[in-house]
Amino acid sequence: MSTTAPKRASNLFVGSPIERLEDLRFLTGRGQYVDDLAVENMLHAAILRSSVAHGRILSIDSSAARARRGVHAVITAADIGTVPTIPLRHDPTPAIRRFEQPVIADGKVRYVGEPIAVVIAESAALAEDALEAIAVDIEALRVVADREFARKDDIILFETVGTNVPDTITAVRGKADDAAFNSAPYRRREHFSVQRHAAVPMEPRGLLAEWDDANARITVRGACKVPFTNRRALAQMMNLPEASVRMVEYDVGGGFGARGEFYPEDFLIPFAARLLGRPVKWTEDRRENLTALNHARDMECDLEIACARDGALIALRAHACTDIGAYVRTNGATAARNIAQVLAGPYRIPHVRVDVSLVITNKTPVGTYRGPGRFESDFCRERLFDMAAADLGVDRVEFRRRNLIREADMPYPLPKVQVLDIESECDSGDYQITLDRCLAEFKWAERAKLNGKLIDGRHHGIAVGCYLEGGGTGPRENVRLAVEADGSISLFVGSSSVGQGVETVFAQIAADALEVPMERINRVLHGSTDYVAQGFGSFSSRSIVMGGNAIGDAAQKLRTLIREAAAKRLQCQASDIVIDRGMAVGPAPARAAIALKEFAGLCADGTFASAKRTYSYGAHAAYVAVDAKTGHVELIDYVAVEDVGRIVNPLTLHGQCIGAVVQGLGGAFLEHFIYDENGQLLTGSFADYLMPTASDFPQIRAVALEDKPSPLNPMGAKGAGEGGIIPVGGVVANAVAAALGSLGVEPRDLPLSPPRLWQMIQAARATCAAR
Amino acid sequence: MPVKFEVNGKRVEVEVEPRLTLADCLRHKLRLTGTHVGCEHGVCGACTVLVDGAAVRSCLMLAVQAEGAKVVTVEGLSRDEGLTPLQASFRKHHALQCGFCTPGMITTAHALLSEEPNCDADRVREVLSGNLCRCTGYISIVEAVLDARTAYRRRGGGNGA
Repeated sequence: MSTTAPKRASNLFVGSPIERLEDLRFLTGRGQYVDDLAVENMLHAAILRSSVAHGRILSIDSSAARARRGVHAVITAADIGTVPTIPLRHDPTPAIRRFEQPVIADGKVRYVGEPIAVVIAESAALAEDALEAIAVDIEALRVVADREFARKDDIILFETVGTNVPDTITAVRGKADDAAFNSAPYRRREHFSVQRHAAVPMEPRGLLAEWDDANARITVRGACKVPFTNRRALAQMMNLPEASVRMVEYDVGGGFGARGEFYPEDFLIPFAARLLGRPVKWTEDRRENLTALNHARDMECDLEIACARDGALIALRAHACTDIGAYVRTNGATAARNIAQVLAGPYRIPHVRVDVSLVITNKTPVGTYRGPGRFESDFCRERLFDMAAADLGVDRVEFRRRNLIREADMPYPLPKVQVLDIESECDSGDYQITLDRCLAEFKWAERAKLNGKLIDGRHHGIAVGCYLEGGGTGPRENVRLAVEADGSISLFVGSSSVGQGVETVFAQIAADALEVPMERINRVLHGSTDYVAQGFGSFSSRSIVMGGNAIGDAAQKLRTLIREAAAKRLQCQASDIVIDRGMAVGPAPARAAIALKEFAGLCADGTFASAKRTYSYGAHAAYVAVDAKTGHVELIDYVAVEDVGRIVNPLTLHGQCIGAVVQGLGGAFLEHFIYDENGQLLTGSFADYLMPTASDFPQIRAVALEDKPSPLNPMGAKGAGEGGIIPVGGVVANAVAAALGSLGVEPRDLPLSPPRLWQMIQAARATCAAR
Repeated sequence: MPVKFEVNGKRVEVEVEPRLTLADCLRHKLRLTGTHVGCEHGVCGACTVLVDGAAVRSCLMLAVQAEGAKVVTVEGLSRDEGLTPLQASFRKHHALQCGFCTPGMITTAHALLSEEPNCDADRVREVLSGNLCRCTGYISIVEAVLDARTAYRRRGGGNGA
């Protein structure tokens, strides 16, 4: 494997801020999202969801609904027979698999929003109307509404399993035992929590399934993220060969980890289409989306560190607990695994042990959301670091600088995840560079003078934090490049688009690799199962690393084929042929040129495989002003600096970073799925679940570096979609703590919404007064 | 019941149920799928269209209420070929990623700039704060709208997209 990145001089497109190809259709209303589709004979589905968080289904009477005008079917568990459960895509330990979700409530309901019945009717409106005619008798059971009660195992959600704790995931580096802590000159232990919130992409989910009876084949439109994995799952559940299941990807209105996983509807809608022999379409409304799509975060952590008097870290240990909701979904254990693996962050800590328990409650199941486990981890760790630095009288920046993994330490091993036997290591980097650059961009020294000061009635504070972003997850990706009749190139790839701009960045990479003008790459066809034999999709910041390097491989092969064909025609050696500006050019003196269209029909398959992850890294800094009278925090400035190894498109990378930071700010200040003691979601609309708007966080700056390419792939690329969100909670919470240092306010729980922060300020004042 | 109105300069007559929203009418009856539906409770702004020049949430308006109105959707603010100055500015500033909120942003920004081609950044943020975007973090959208002001000034507001 080559370990050197190609020289920039030979590249025209990679590294340039190319305006996106996708934009032309999105800006003119010509994008095609799944709900935009309509086919002949199409029926519509609506789903009856449980309004009870925990209960036994005594009966379902759908006869009145079936009798309604325009209703073609009502499907319940009884109509499905043996109700399949949704297989785990990631980390399927036997213990965790006992909690898989049935595709429709089967005897019990375990969260508000769980599908109980599906109505298929002539129109979406008639289907929705008929939902109210279904009589469901549910015997309500006592609700397990929080982690603490769940762990008591007084009320069990899965009676046959006998516990509400599916598993505990442990990661270890060195020996973080009592001896390590007892002998340390300094230790501090704190309890932190991060609230339940979620990805909430702007486009609700949708599916259009068509059954081809003659060929016993199902086509599912609206797939994304992992269409190939989902094809395998659906084929198994529908008892079809994989080749008889076709997943088609359209434009996707945002994913952020949540969209595109296999959900109950991904079985129910195709099942209905086969049952009725008619195309069936389903579009989620926002109300059901907020209880049906994966939630995320929702963790608490008891974290302890030990260090020397100068702040040098010796050991870190933690017990964390994630509330994963009522079932383990496809990647429901991923955040827990990541917490175990990255709680120690980009720091040299010889002894680490992190135990993360997964706990089942009567809430919407969780899954991955951009920076899964990492956002939560960074909040806890960076908060504790600021507390420890203050205790020790060590400057906060110096504390981090002293402990960052050094370039000489690379590759540096992350704690090993024990049960899953996952080992990973930081691949390359100089973490001091990004920290220094962040401080310089932020004008840290100047602003440090304002830290903790009361200016014009508001408390001002600053903070900085460092992070790691794992990306480039394997095992591999596949690409096909084909020369078309008009001399253009079609690119087929197993990576998926969730709105991040893969068409543009892949066209850039392919154009450079083939040394053709970018407009020659006329089609980038991604995601759908038609395009390559096996694809692996887009998650875990993998598309550029895996798909991009696979393009490089395919391009090299296609160039060889073109050179060989040209050599045959020009009667020279293939090595004499140069591909230049879309022509195959023969040797001097004739320099005969053959247009690419002469090679129509040539195509090459490429692949890139890697078992090792890449690690991007960086530092963020925040400057806030807190109004103690209201609890409102104004973000005066925010700087994000990252090194992603190789920048393909600075424009889209910048967009990824700023967008991720703002999502992180939503998680830090605004977004909160609040449940009551009966397991009812109290913030189930956009009027209650508050996401950032255009006026909330106007000042954010992002700088991307490519100083340290990854040694793990020819492009030197690392993941880049998630870094922006990872450190946000920790950095802004530390800035708020720094601002309110005089009041003794130490945030330990997110979100820092105005009422919660106001209460903390009141409590701190009361404690002060009592003294 | 029948409803007659004008969409993107063309007169249409559609048979609708009284309960059908304007958004669903545009999308599913008239197949103008550029208008997106993101929340159906008037918060996200993805469904914003122009009704007699004003930016309106088409998920909160019934199709029958459009009787006699002039409705303009993102398709009506687009050319057959290429991009309008507002759209080009969005592209230049990378003011969109997944594209789902984009039609609502374009219609909202067009209504603003047509009325107030000299608006400042705070005003842009205030007006756009009624449209949710989950991808961009808004900064590039605000920049794009500010940058497009010159095109609207040149045309003296109105239909300058």
